[in-house]
Amino acid sequence: MGKSARPGNSLGVQTIISISNVSKTYASGHQALKDLSLDIRRGEILALLGPNGAGKTTLISIICGIVNATTGTVTVDGHDIVADFRTTRSMIGLVPQELTLGAFEKVINTLRFSRGLFGKKQDDVYLEQLLKNLSLWDKRNNPIMSLSGGMKRRVLIGKALAHEPTVLFLDEPTAGVDVELRKDMWALIRRLRESGVTIILTTHYIEEAEGIADRVGVINRGELLLLDAKHSIMHTLGKKQLHIELEQAIASLPSTLSDWGLELSSDGSQLTFTYDPHNAGSGIAGLLEAVSDAGLVLKDVNTSQSTLEEIFVNLVKETL
Amino acid sequence: MNIHAIKTIYKYEMLRAWETLLQSFASPVITTSLYFVVFGSAIGTRIQQIEGVPYGSFIVPGLIMLALLTQSTANASFGIFLPKFTGAIYEIMSAPISFIEILIGYVGAAATKSFIIGLIILLTAGFFVPLKIAHPFWMLGFLILTCITFSLLGFIIGLWANNFEKLQLIPLLIITPLVFLGGSFYSVDMLPPAWQTITLFNPVVYLISGFRWSFFEVADVSVGLSLSMIVLFMLTCLAIVWWMFKTGYRLRQ
Repeated sequence: MGKSARPGNSLGVQTIISISNVSKTYASGHQALKDLSLDIRRGEILALLGPNGAGKTTLISIICGIVNATTGTVTVDGHDIVADFRTTRSMIGLVPQELTLGAFEKVINTLRFSRGLFGKKQDDVYLEQLLKNLSLWDKRNNPIMSLSGGMKRRVLIGKALAHEPTVLFLDEPTAGVDVELRKDMWALIRRLRESGVTIILTTHYIEEAEGIADRVGVINRGELLLLDAKHSIMHTLGKKQLHIELEQAIASLPSTLSDWGLELSSDGSQLTFTYDPHNAGSGIAGLLEAVSDAGLVLKDVNTSQSTLEEIFVNLVKETL
Repeated sequence: MNIHAIKTIYKYEMLRAWETLLQSFASPVITTSLYFVVFGSAIGTRIQQIEGVPYGSFIVPGLIMLALLTQSTANASFGIFLPKFTGAIYEIMSAPISFIEILIGYVGAAATKSFIIGLIILLTAGFFVPLKIAHPFWMLGFLILTCITFSLLGFIIGLWANNFEKLQLIPLLIITPLVFLGGSFYSVDMLPPAWQTITLFNPVVYLISGFRWSFFEVADVSVGLSLSMIVLFMLTCLAIVWWMFKTGYRLRQ
């Protein structure tokens, strides 16, 4: 990604968070972020994908004020996160990756604490609705230690939403949760977006990004490798493969097919042709004709498309 | 200023004390009562008056100071250490609240708790020994200043400590010995001359001396010097906290 580029910025789209040339080097010397720039759009769900240690948590920690950037600037709704930290932090809610909750505290009290900490007057009507939305209302007077892991994660979301933020950061929201709860969490995230909240989530589950995000950013080694709408990524970087099953296995490719870049399976029974589906001249018809001319008899033909996971793995591999 | 946030931290910390009532308030009162039984009743009957004050009454200011210093540091250090330990500090660090407001919330609550404990011990002492407070406003002034100053010290310890051992290190190995050697149970005049000089390097001597003066008008050092020393100590703690906040020491990388 070009260093002076403004990824994510396009005409007619309102930017809510603007990250400009942010770098972070920790005291240990580890450089977690390298001159990263990114614009986050109002009302979107943005998934930041990356392997462990890619710099995702550092990035959101900087935006939320937990970590200081070494260089660069970040604005939230036009306000600088350092000079105007009260305004920017009031707009942001953060759900951390770890279950960082007091053991003996009651659910309702921990939400009241969060709301007050962010400078909001107590509003038990709002908190009641919030707890109901999170299916925690009947647990409001329970000590946190009596809740299950999934409930604790929802309490953390409740705490992050207690002050009615317009931007919500979810750091690995479904790490270590079961499939059913993960689906519930996704539904909750979609509902929040519908209510006007901009959502940025970090994840290393491709399925999660694929399932709920509008746009996907891929971070590795502190750099933003890619940022685009999920479907555009699939469109631009996705490849299709045509698998040709042969009636009879062959020992080697006929010389007439050598120019097609075909792969022959180890048992000699299948040919694989990789092509760009958006390229009009992919040549499938010509290939099938050439296969027939080579005297090979087709048993079956099928196609497959690369997943976001394959795209992600290839991107990360390229930077290693 | 984020008044709501200050009130929230203050109320949260006070609620924590209320929910652990026995540990927060009853424990120091019981401990101090035992001191009165041992030193005031058992040993005190065999000791002459000190500077015209019955021994049982003489030790009251020192015992209050002992409780204030240990409780202030323990309350404030634990208050800020706990969210650091559990990881819940992320919420405070990401809230629209300045370091000064965080300080007021935590130190204010710790100082309030210590102040209440000090008053309870004072009332308890009234059951064991006759008490007369010569300068009640000075007494309250010393009480409040000491609570704030040692809560600041506790806050520094809580920020500095990155494990439970460090959290206990300074209170157990430095503060408690300094209080015991600071004239809680005796007058500095009773010590040999060389030890009197050494004792003057103990800052707690000035606190106890000034506090005792407000009760009985007897002091080891002048009340002005006592007041100056406690203000100096408070300013030193404030300077350290300011540096910690400025650099983000153990809070913000």
